[in-house]
Amino acid sequence: MTNIDSTAAPVAGLDSRKRNLRRQRVLLIGPAAGAITIFMVAPLLLMAWISIQTRDYSGSVVWNSYSMEAYMRFIFERNLDDTLSLNFDYLLIIWRSMWLAAITTILSLLVGFPTAMFMATRPRSWRPALVFLVTVPFWTNLLVRNYAWILLLRDHGTINSALMGIGIINEPLPLLHNSFAVSVGLTYSFLPFMVLPIYSSLEKLDMRQVEASFDLYATRLQTLRRIILPSAMPGIIAGSILVFVPCLGSYVTPELLGGGKTMMVGNLIGLQFGAARNWPFGAALGFGLLAMVLLAMTFYALKSGKSKQGISL
Amino acid sequence: MSVVTSTLGALIPGRRKAGDANHWPGLAFMACVFFAYVYLPIAVLIALSFNENELVTIWTGFSLDWYRVALQNEDMLRAAGNSLLIACVASLGATTLSTLAAVQMARDRFKGQGAMNALVALPLTVPEIVTAVASLLFFATLGITQGLMTVMIAHTVFCIPFAYLPIRARLEGLDPRLFEAASDLYATPVQTFRRVTLPLMMPGILSGAVLAFIISLDDFVTTFFVGGAGSTTLPIYIFGLIRVGVSPEVNAISSLMLVVSVVMVSISLLLGRGHGRG
Repeated sequence: MTNIDSTAAPVAGLDSRKRNLRRQRVLLIGPAAGAITIFMVAPLLLMAWISIQTRDYSGSVVWNSYSMEAYMRFIFERNLDDTLSLNFDYLLIIWRSMWLAAITTILSLLVGFPTAMFMATRPRSWRPALVFLVTVPFWTNLLVRNYAWILLLRDHGTINSALMGIGIINEPLPLLHNSFAVSVGLTYSFLPFMVLPIYSSLEKLDMRQVEASFDLYATRLQTLRRIILPSAMPGIIAGSILVFVPCLGSYVTPELLGGGKTMMVGNLIGLQFGAARNWPFGAALGFGLLAMVLLAMTFYALKSGKSKQGISL
Repeated sequence: MSVVTSTLGALIPGRRKAGDANHWPGLAFMACVFFAYVYLPIAVLIALSFNENELVTIWTGFSLDWYRVALQNEDMLRAAGNSLLIACVASLGATTLSTLAAVQMARDRFKGQGAMNALVALPLTVPEIVTAVASLLFFATLGITQGLMTVMIAHTVFCIPFAYLPIRARLEGLDPRLFEAASDLYATPVQTFRRVTLPLMMPGILSGAVLAFIISLDDFVTTFFVGGAGSTTLPIYIFGLIRVGVSPEVNAISSLMLVVSVVMVSISLLLGRGHGRG
């Protein structure tokens, strides 16, 4: 930190300008950087530290009692007689989170890619309106959006009532409180994150290249594979990561649409600070989730580096 | 070129062009599926909020009763008041911090600037649930009682990137010669900032402030873990109601929130339109 001292006489012109510049940096960038460092970086470091502490009988932290107990709980269960036995319940929840995030990413891609391509092939004057239509629902409250799906999916909800009304089914289908409901809700929550990046990379594609491909008698499939997909690739990768990462850490959707049986990592973490009350374990899980997210982002950084090379070729 | 090849193609029997670049079979259909998927649930929610009976999913007639019930619910109004207060503080705080940082970041080049950008984007990178429980641990360890204050701090911090990015984008679009012209005309750095930089940045600042406001207004996870007695916001209140079950009152409150969000986003986008002209 530079010491802001107005009484110091300006030494040489260059020196005082340098000092001025540093003072400006501290005064202008400092507050934002400081706020994030104190209220975000420090808590995350504290969380990492708490994850290697033991807990007391009430679930709070016993300071300076280092142990890997919290991380052992990922796989082992401590029995009453202090022996360890394998328990894959928690790993199952982590596995389910990754699986649901992957399914959601694929679903978003399947719906999102044609939509993005539809947008990119519309007349230029339509496009801002289409982008607006895609983004608006995203800005509405997440709880409200998930609640709307409860209305649709529950036993006496819109979908079941309609199907029973037509006479296709006699008993309501179990649509709510399962993995299906969670993946539908997650896809609904994060779909714009897939559409927009793909759209923006397709928008850069010169449509004359596609015309040229057709002129040279390429079939639609060949044109899609050789011209459109390569230029959409950066958008597809960015979109996939933008959907996958927040899905992995989602809390609201599995809480509302999944019920107690379809828990994801986020809910398991939340539980450790509520009913289950085990802070070190919650911290360890949080750290695990953070690691998974960073891993996915590193993968993205490597992939996007590669695809850029692919384009330049 | 294309005319030549297509005429040549027409001379060769049995070969036809596969199609028009802008028309693909199934695209319009998939886009319809997409927009139906996105808008139908919202439409159902709004429609049911005008339903007169209490069974929620069976339509019996039009009524505004549930809006009246919702707007007379004092708990709901108190929660809405908290939400507005927190959103105002968070938006004001985050926009101020971001404006200062963006001004310096845009005109300065220094070592570690990349790290600085990553730090500002950190609230977007770390899953919200992780930040939320980490903040909970942080406040609990320091012995700070959780309530309105802790929620305001947490909201201010995670709103920073949402305010920062539009402001930064606006600054990038500005012509640096404008500032040179100001100093050529003997404006002091403070005068340049007040008379030239700030007015030009205004659309970005306003757009960022509105964005931060919506993000704070809509937040659930952070408030849920960092909040305490007296910091019940509208999303927290609605979550409690949804947990109990589906009710026409929730439909009405949800529809109102939906309308507020859409109006706010439209304002933010209209303000942000200045980007292109910069």
